Amino acid sequence: MTPATGTGTYTPRPKAAPLPRMIAAQAALETRMLLRNGEQLLLTVVIPTLLLVLFSSVDIVDTGADRAVDFLAPGVLALAVMSTAFTGQAIATGFERRYGVLKRLAASPLPRWGLMTAKTASVLVTEVLQIVLLTVIAFALGWSPHGGPLAVLLLLVLGTAAFSGLGLLMAGTLRAEATLAAANLVFLLLLVGGGVVVPLEKFPAGVQEVLGLLPISALSGGLRDVLQHGAGMPWGDLGILAVWAVAGLAAAGKFFRWE
Amino acid sequence: MRNEPVVQVQALVKRYGTKTAVDGLDLVAQAGVTAILGPNGAGKTTTVEICEGYRRPDSGTVRVLGLDPVGQSAELRPRIGVMLQSGGVYSGARAEEMLRHIAKLHAHPLDVDALVERLGLGSCGRTPYRRLSGGQQQRLALAMAVVGRPELVFLDEPTAGLDPQARRATWDLVRDLRADGVSVILTTHYMEEAEQLADDVAIVDAGRVIAQGSPEELCRGGAENTLRFTGRPGLDMDSLLKALPPGCTAAEPAPGTYRVVGTVDPQLLATVTSWCAQNGVMPDRISVERHTLEDVFLELTGKELRS
Repeated sequence: MTPATGTGTYTPRPKAAPLPRMIAAQAALETRMLLRNGEQLLLTVVIPTLLLVLFSSVDIVDTGADRAVDFLAPGVLALAVMSTAFTGQAIATGFERRYGVLKRLAASPLPRWGLMTAKTASVLVTEVLQIVLLTVIAFALGWSPHGGPLAVLLLLVLGTAAFSGLGLLMAGTLRAEATLAAANLVFLLLLVGGGVVVPLEKFPAGVQEVLGLLPISALSGGLRDVLQHGAGMPWGDLGILAVWAVAGLAAAGKFFRWE
Repeated sequence: MRNEPVVQVQALVKRYGTKTAVDGLDLVAQAGVTAILGPNGAGKTTTVEICEGYRRPDSGTVRVLGLDPVGQSAELRPRIGVMLQSGGVYSGARAEEMLRHIAKLHAHPLDVDALVERLGLGSCGRTPYRRLSGGQQQRLALAMAVVGRPELVFLDEPTAGLDPQARRATWDLVRDLRADGVSVILTTHYMEEAEQLADDVAIVDAGRVIAQGSPEELCRGGAENTLRFTGRPGLDMDSLLKALPPGCTAAEPAPGTYRVVGTVDPQLLATVTSWCAQNGVMPDRISVERHTLEDVFLELTGKELRS
């Protein structure tokens, strides 16, 4: 009954690892989980790549541009952001919640905000990989982008924030199966109705107005204004994304349930 | 070394809607191994999860290692290890990968290779979690609870559904943890587990602790034990009674069958056998029926534990 002292194998020596190391480890693990998951890769890599190649080479939709790729590349970049920050993150986080991963990690030394930071880092790493891949393919298809990199970066960051907020809101409130179904459905609807491969001008005027307020339309429209038409800061689109980001992240922060 | 309790729970109440899961529970756990024993739905998991900081009590106070599990969670979390009843691992993560990850969240983790070896996870180290057997998943969860070298480990039904061999491996690890000065709070509905491992057992029923003590104390307290033997009929029970300590009874319920009821300990057994020797009696088929925790539970609650 006497408490043991000394240095056995299990003698307590509790201490959290330094915060940056914990977050880096968590981000690396999350990224590995994502890159290992076939369904996620289909969503984040295969579909955007296929759409870019297919619609650039085959005249399926009248894009109105001289070269289809100049219209498509910005839209597919927007789709890539949505697929990772929204769809992929929602589904992965939904199942992590369902399988008690979030619960278990909540009892680890990693603080909750650290977990969220790691998730964001993992999303950003994945997006960088997607953008590099899609940019290389687009160049191979004859893409000639314009515009300033700062505007593009701002659009991508705000778009990521907006989609992350919505994805986490869905993952933290719905059942995992419902999240899976809803996230895929939303992906499909926004792919069609968000100016990704189909120009918004193809829709009736009244519908266009509404669709233009969607985060995917703001992101694809903003990227297209800059990259295709060489516009300056697309303040309107940035504003729409900022509103979605603030609303989505605030709602996720308020309603997210960890188990 | 440490004399303050590792866990102190006072008048804890937790309701889910109209259902009261924990109903004024008091528990003090000292360093060592404490088992929270009770049937399903008794409030064991809710109590442990409040100690782990997962839920806020509706009322009552909880201190773990002297800290408030919710308010001082950041300070507490590195010092405790948690094994959930199920899950807790990415379905696509490999067993060893997940364990290494948890190790990386701690400054001075155990040697992962040795722990993997110790818990027999070597053969499935590269298997994704979703394809592990139930027993392998349990052992991985146990490894994750101890890898950070915590002071206090919470194990929620650590051996539920394990085969006897895996159960023994888990018990051995708990004993080693205790020997090295790690405190353990475990919930179980296996009597044998509590008797084997625990310094202290808290019996929980309907959201309250209804008895607490060492397994020996609980088995002794209240419940009388019985010693039986057979010999030639008609022995002098008054003479035997005089030899026995006060409070015991002796009777011959059937010719040649004798029963002594009282606190049966080695001393009492020696008294009975030496009385037999003095009287030239060969006590055949001598047997001691000691009460088990199972009997204690049945007496306290009027129901079987594994319902």
